[in-house]
Amino acid sequence: MKHLLSAGDLSRDEALAILDTAERMHAVQTREVKKLPPLRGRTIVNLFFEDSTRTRSSFEIAGKWLSADVINVSAEGSSVSKGESLRDTVLTVAAMGVDALVVRHNASGAVARIAGWVDCHVINAGDGTHEHPTQALLDAYTLRSRLGDLTDRHVAIVGDITHSRVARSNVLLLATLGARVTLVAPPTLMPSGVHSWPCDVSWDLDDVLSGKASGDVDAVMMLRVQRERMSGGYFPTEREYAISYGLSPERLDLLGADAPVLHPGPMNRGLEISSVAADSARSMVLEQVQAGVSVRMAVLYRLLSGADEVTV
Amino acid sequence: MTTVIRGAALLGAKPTDVLIDDGVIVSMGRGLTGDRDIDAAGLVLLPGFVDLHTHLREPGREDAETIATGSAAAALGGFTAVHAMANTTPVADSAEIVEQVARRGAQVGLVDVRPVGAVSKGLDGETLAEIGNMARSAAAVRVFSDDGRCVHDSRLMRRALEYVKPFGGVIAQHAQDPRLADHAACAHEGELSGRLGLAGWPAVAEESIIARDVMLAEHTGSRLHVCHVSTAGSVEVIRWAKARGIAVTAEVTPHHLLLTCDVLSGYDPVYKVNPPLRPAADVEALRAGLADGTIDAVATDHAPHAAHDKDHAFGDAAFGMVGLETALGVVAETMVGTGLLDWAGVADRMSTRPAAIGRVAGQGAALEVGAPANLTLVDPAAAWTVVPAGLASKGRNTPFAGRSLPATVVATLLRGHVTVLDGALAEAAVPV
Repeated sequence: MKHLLSAGDLSRDEALAILDTAERMHAVQTREVKKLPPLRGRTIVNLFFEDSTRTRSSFEIAGKWLSADVINVSAEGSSVSKGESLRDTVLTVAAMGVDALVVRHNASGAVARIAGWVDCHVINAGDGTHEHPTQALLDAYTLRSRLGDLTDRHVAIVGDITHSRVARSNVLLLATLGARVTLVAPPTLMPSGVHSWPCDVSWDLDDVLSGKASGDVDAVMMLRVQRERMSGGYFPTEREYAISYGLSPERLDLLGADAPVLHPGPMNRGLEISSVAADSARSMVLEQVQAGVSVRMAVLYRLLSGADEVTV
Repeated sequence: MTTVIRGAALLGAKPTDVLIDDGVIVSMGRGLTGDRDIDAAGLVLLPGFVDLHTHLREPGREDAETIATGSAAAALGGFTAVHAMANTTPVADSAEIVEQVARRGAQVGLVDVRPVGAVSKGLDGETLAEIGNMARSAAAVRVFSDDGRCVHDSRLMRRALEYVKPFGGVIAQHAQDPRLADHAACAHEGELSGRLGLAGWPAVAEESIIARDVMLAEHTGSRLHVCHVSTAGSVEVIRWAKARGIAVTAEVTPHHLLLTCDVLSGYDPVYKVNPPLRPAADVEALRAGLADGTIDAVATDHAPHAAHDKDHAFGDAAFGMVGLETALGVVAETMVGTGLLDWAGVADRMSTRPAAIGRVAGQGAALEVGAPANLTLVDPAAAWTVVPAGLASKGRNTPFAGRSLPATVVATLLRGHVTVLDGALAEAAVPV
């Protein structure tokens, strides 16, 4: 595997291998000395065209724990407005002698385009409203840690599906892993053509959580609602959204007792998720963050070392 | 000096000699002789093509195209007249600018450059540009368009339609409701845009504006022209309006006749165009609409861009494709090769009707004695492969790179003056 651009590029075996490697990497997090030697002398650039603290820090820690040199390059603000083409920006960074580019960009498809211009490895850390494959991997890791094998497990993904790269990557990866997915959103936040995706679709959260719509739900993933969507008129008020699609304490009770609650963060408490749900024992939010480092270590390791087996 | 075009199939029919003197067809028959002889055996003679929709980028973006390079591309594509769109810098919204464009076009002398005037001042969509002054200017503008933007304000559109009536003008509408497809919209809204996470450009954003505008055209009794029709629904609305007797005409681009939105899956901005490429069902409807005359004309929407304006992520890259040099080939493939149009039909849709819509004097005339010798010679059997670096346009943004097209422009004559011969610019015609 040269690049990681889409969760859909992973075969079931590849995805499981990454998750298995991540489990080995996870052990490092609990050690006193958290550094492994495999990527010593390798250089990873976090090239972020869009602001991000979580994902960038997670990749940075992952790279450093594998002993790579990690450099953060913030290229915020459209290169269009600076008069520099994206190609110029990327080739300039790559020319410094980089082994891997971890790229986030606010335009869908930007990372795939970049991968076509450079010789080094490219990892998609989120491109526009398209994909965020390492988020899907860390979500799968988290789900697996709680539910075991994900085959035939049923995951509800709730919120702004249209603008969510997390949802797109999760649908693809969970389908690959044999899980069932139901997407829940108002029609205004459901992408066009969603019925051709490998998942079920519903407009009614209560029907889904109670199992009426498509069977018992084993886990629920709440998506962040960007406040700026309000200006787009996708729903009338935050209040109505919270009432219709928020994970309230009552809705939490509709879920099976063991069903975990995931959220990619940052959470809008009181909008898509109530504090009761966010702080409950089912909430996996911090486990997701932990898993993020392990999964990104696994991805960097497998891409850059070229090794399948972990020898750490 | 007299010129004989020997043995060309007129509109693809019987071989004839055509004698040209002083820019006019003076005789037709067999065995004619002249000072100069162009052997046209096996070639098809058509009236010179007239493009209703060309972006020449001058003034303002001479790095992307100039009137000289765009005229050369047009001549090589078999065109003898082009309409230069108004979205230049400065905008062509005054008599001074349109006269400057027309003057430079005449100086280059490869094609008739007919400036299009802006509908609104600075393309602001709010106040009428000096349409009357542009119409009365030496450029004698007849086509007005805010192309690139939609005249979305209903009242402004109504006023514009009314205002051009005294001089037989036409409003060429870029139909895109900006509330349904804003500046970020870049891909046909459908399964693919949803999957790729590209901002959707729904068919209804085009269709609803056309529906409104044909009713405004009926109400005002004025002429409406619809630019770059891209959806099956738009074809239906226009077909209905024509049946009702409304004075509406429409154009389709070569790229919308050939390509579908499926090519977007690699996020290559060479396929980014406005309106966007559509699914196969729309392509079929566009071909059928052009074949039955619902769509009157093929227009290129030739939109050259500097490479650095395309070297971005899909969403950030500029909209547009070059098209002048590939138009005939694409029409031959999609319309002639499929049996939907014969060569007489191609002449009608690429010359006669666009000339009539633009009120371009001396263009689009029937091939007969006394007509101006604005002519295009086509080899219907000479396939060629599109190589971007080989284009005369400064724009390299052709979506047809590497593709084989089935027909070639061999020669182009502008009022008897040979601008293209053997598929290359005639030496005397190279612009200064």
